[in-house]
Amino acid sequence: MISAATSGTAEGMSDIEDMKAHYLVAIDACAGLEALEAVRVEALGKQGRVTALLKTMGKLSPDERLVQGPAIHGLREAVTQALATRKDVLENVALEAKLAAERIDVTLPVDTLPMGSVHPVSQVMDELAEIFADLGFAVATGPEIEDDWHNFGALNIPDTHPARAMQDTFYLERPARAAGEAGTASSDDTGSAGGAAPFVLRTHTSPVQIRTMMQQKPPLRIIAPGRVYRSDWDATHTPMFHQIEGLVIDKGITLGHLKWTLETFLRAFFERDDVVLRLRPSYFPFTEPSAEVDVGFTMEKGKRVIGGDPNGPGGGWMEVLGSGMVHPKVIAACGLDPDEWQGFAFGCGIDRLAMLKYGIDDLRPVFEGDIRWLKHYGFAALDVPTLSAGVGSGGVGTA
Amino acid sequence: MKFTLSWLKDHLDTDASLGDILSALTRVGLEVEGVENPAERLSGFRIARVLTAERHPQADKLQVLSVDAGNGPLQVVCGAPNARAGLVGVFGLPGATVPANGMVLRVAAIRGVESNGMMCSTRELELGEDHDGIIELPGDATVGTDFASYAQLDDPVIDVSVTPNRPDCMGVRGIARDLAAAGLGSLKPLDACAVAGEGAGPDVRIDDAEGCRAFYAQGVSGVKNGESPEWLRRRLTAIGQKPISALVDVTNYVMIDLGRPLHVYDRAKLSGALVARAAKDGEEVLALNGRTYHLRAGMTVIADDAAVHDIGGVMGGEYSGVTADTTDVLIECAYFDPDAIARTGQALQLSSDARTRFERGVDPAFLDDGLAIATRMVVELCGGCPSEVTRVGEPPLEPRRYAYDPARAETLGGLAVAPERQRAILTSLGFTVDDDWQVTVPTWRPDIDGSADLVEEVIRIEGIDNVPSVPLARPAGVATPTATPTQKLERRVRRAAAARGLDEAVTWSFVSEDAAAAFGGGAWTLANPISEELKVMRPSLLPGLLSAAERNLKRGAEGVRLFELGRRYLAGGKDGAADERATLGLVLAGNAHTRGWRTGKAAAFDAFDAKAEALALLAAAGAPVDNLQVMGADGVWSGEAWHPGQSGTLRLGPKTVLAAFGMLHPRTLKAFDLAGSVAAVELYLDAIPAKRGASGFMRTPYAPPALQQVRRDFAFVVPEGVSADALTRAVKGADKASIVSARVFDVFTGAGVEPGTKSVALEIVLQPGEKSFTDAELKAISDKVVAAAAKQGATLRG
Repeated sequence: MISAATSGTAEGMSDIEDMKAHYLVAIDACAGLEALEAVRVEALGKQGRVTALLKTMGKLSPDERLVQGPAIHGLREAVTQALATRKDVLENVALEAKLAAERIDVTLPVDTLPMGSVHPVSQVMDELAEIFADLGFAVATGPEIEDDWHNFGALNIPDTHPARAMQDTFYLERPARAAGEAGTASSDDTGSAGGAAPFVLRTHTSPVQIRTMMQQKPPLRIIAPGRVYRSDWDATHTPMFHQIEGLVIDKGITLGHLKWTLETFLRAFFERDDVVLRLRPSYFPFTEPSAEVDVGFTMEKGKRVIGGDPNGPGGGWMEVLGSGMVHPKVIAACGLDPDEWQGFAFGCGIDRLAMLKYGIDDLRPVFEGDIRWLKHYGFAALDVPTLSAGVGSGGVGTA
Repeated sequence: MKFTLSWLKDHLDTDASLGDILSALTRVGLEVEGVENPAERLSGFRIARVLTAERHPQADKLQVLSVDAGNGPLQVVCGAPNARAGLVGVFGLPGATVPANGMVLRVAAIRGVESNGMMCSTRELELGEDHDGIIELPGDATVGTDFASYAQLDDPVIDVSVTPNRPDCMGVRGIARDLAAAGLGSLKPLDACAVAGEGAGPDVRIDDAEGCRAFYAQGVSGVKNGESPEWLRRRLTAIGQKPISALVDVTNYVMIDLGRPLHVYDRAKLSGALVARAAKDGEEVLALNGRTYHLRAGMTVIADDAAVHDIGGVMGGEYSGVTADTTDVLIECAYFDPDAIARTGQALQLSSDARTRFERGVDPAFLDDGLAIATRMVVELCGGCPSEVTRVGEPPLEPRRYAYDPARAETLGGLAVAPERQRAILTSLGFTVDDDWQVTVPTWRPDIDGSADLVEEVIRIEGIDNVPSVPLARPAGVATPTATPTQKLERRVRRAAAARGLDEAVTWSFVSEDAAAAFGGGAWTLANPISEELKVMRPSLLPGLLSAAERNLKRGAEGVRLFELGRRYLAGGKDGAADERATLGLVLAGNAHTRGWRTGKAAAFDAFDAKAEALALLAAAGAPVDNLQVMGADGVWSGEAWHPGQSGTLRLGPKTVLAAFGMLHPRTLKAFDLAGSVAAVELYLDAIPAKRGASGFMRTPYAPPALQQVRRDFAFVVPEGVSADALTRAVKGADKASIVSARVFDVFTGAGVEPGTKSVALEIVLQPGEKSFTDAELKAISDKVVAAAAKQGATLRG
């Protein structure tokens, strides 16, 4: 078809090819967007040479148009395409240059939000609440400034009991203001309050047993965690510490239930099936029979670890709690019939549990508020003890 | 309570090994606290004969001995003046450890002469005080034998912890009885044969029948007091009791052996009858421990016509105590009321072995036997003629009987024990069990008080470890939450605070008087504080946290963010009780942020840091934070503690204070030795109202507004005294239907703003209802905002 075209158009065809070659070279030679725009205007602008060529199309004969038309359109398309391609290249170069100029030193330090911590004693209290919730024990609380009757009398601790001696119990002077009001307070025949009996800082969480039995109807299953106080301060005792009380009052509860509960609790707490218990007959005025409970330990990597065979090398027994069947006199003091209701109670030091589980060797810094210690032994806010995730935690910053 | 194995075997006929005895003791409730065999400490010490003794060539006071310790002559350098040829003594071989000083003996040259061991003194082996020379043994002692076995020191000392309910086990015989019941042999019969007395018994009387129920006494005349025999001294020494003299040692021995305290008086020091009577206020007695005690009316004493000689049942008096010259004695065996003894001991802060036993309750049926045994020992050791026994008063001997149902062992103790086995256990412990299960308690068991105690006896002897574990039945139905509302609140706030970068501390509930005073003063003061620093129950959680912050800063901490959840202790509870309030305390001390390449200089915490924490934690606690009013810190308990210009309270209505926040007063900081400035928050958790309608899980339907919110900015000039809160509230209230929020985004004073005024810029957010606002409506709202602001003294800034 092309060979059939008139020779008269051959020159025009050659012009178009030249123009195309010219512009493609010019476009590739553009070093910047501005130069490229100048080429575009020169070729495709209103006054551009390609535009001018396009305008000639209308004047061509149909035969000429048939030959020249595609060539002119081809020219326009090639130039347009080359412009676009070149523009992309130049824009990328410009962007890269801009980004290169924006480079920062990402190795510079940043200020992260400070990491807070939950105190081990709080964490362990939450763990215990979780374990006992699974066994159906609700949480109960009571006052720390306790009256003599709840702390001692109702618990079958007579006036002359050695535990009442001044060296163990913190006694409180009555507040000046309250002393004035005392005259108007009605005297209490049970001796539970009022009168001259001094207030004490509770020496154990056991008064919560009394309050619970007096306020709620059995069957009862409670734990009562909280602060308790004894006038004793050395390497292994602090004048304030934390205890958890457990109480079950129901029908047909025996020492066997107590044993199972303690086994289940201690195994769940230390998250080991091989935690073994040894009950030793003992004496608490408010339980009968009474037992102290030892837990077996072994040595692992030079540390005492709860669990394993206590008769193995480095193993032994460690006393962790006191327990027993609630004394019939205590049940009666709370207004319940001891022939109908019986149950068990136990009390355990929370600080000690926390120390044993998490390898805290020294008791003294526990109440010091040293932030280095708190960050070392504390727990991340989101380490909420749950049964599904395991009640224990590796500490701040661990999953 | 300490005793030796051979002592135990005086009462217990047994073949059991030491290990079996120890584990049985713990198993029946007599926890073994320690066991030590003195022979182990004396291993390497043998009996040796000095063959020759020559002067040391280099030292006048030393000798060079040739010693035969069983294996032929050894050369030993010795400084003892009594070292001489033929002497038989105790020789320490190289490698042995000297008990008194822990020194390990070695072959060494002493002044140039080789020495192959040491001849020992009594003190070096911790067998006595004598250090004047080396031990001299009888000439027939076999050379080469182990000294410990020769001296009968191969006798383990056992230390058990006796619970306060078991006074019977404060005597070796009671421990033997428990072991026999536990199957470790049989209890030997006790020889309590009395020595026939002659002549009238001592003149004694009881004037205080409540404090002293019975007073038995026997005289022995013509005694010769001296050192106790070797066996008695050895036993007492082994358990840590210092032998004093035969007469005193007898009373100590009977007390430890049989749990029966006694007292021996020198009759030459007494005048007239010996009377158990109540003390008079102000009476004094110099006790055997060398201290003078001032007695109070009501305490029971033993006195004669002239003086008080004994704090009855607690401690004897120095004046009438026996000495080496004593020839006539009176032996007292009394029954004192346990409660009276406990009260006297507590009041005098005086503890003694006698008190420990009397206040727990000695066997009231053992006065005659106890006295007979003691008198016999006195006569055996010191000679003399006993008188007859005088007996006044009567010990409480009413039999205690309980009906027992052997099924209780299983229904309470959880252990099925055959009734006949139970009968055998109780009988072996001294109980009398009738055919109809009426059980009579032995006189030495004051602790038994009902059938639960009998169950315990059966269980502990049968073995509490044999009780099988029985699962508690899971409560029926859906699990209900077991945490209290306060506990749930505390958990949320605790973890919110930790998530915000605060470290939880646990500090003492008691603080010093000064620390409490800085926060309004404590209502509750300890009558017997452990120290002045821990004396007053805290009225605020901030004192403990400030002390902790101070320690942390002193240690070089740059920023301290501490919080604590706990109670503060106020007066005014029901019936004079305490009012304990759940509280969160929070202290921000040091720098809020350190110097940094982005933030520039380090900056201290300010009041707004504290306010931000307060609001965030209140929000976490579920408090309605959008409705809170900001007011001054005056009116809260700790009001004086805060910086008067940089603190405030967050209140729900004018009276309900949910939190105090801000900077602390410089005076407060000074009281805690804190430099710089400290921000703090107190959150009164008890004041946060419980959420209403929190009964279900269902939420209200979600209905987002159809039209977009419109924002408008206003800049006002207001007098300096007008608070941002007042202006914001006024503006927000200008058109309650349309304005959903108003917020200060700029505050400016200085150029262009007249002195005494400030420029405050607010952004208000308008929520259109069903239709968009028209220009006229927007103009009307703007006018209302400007008018409302004008009421606060604000003018629109031109």
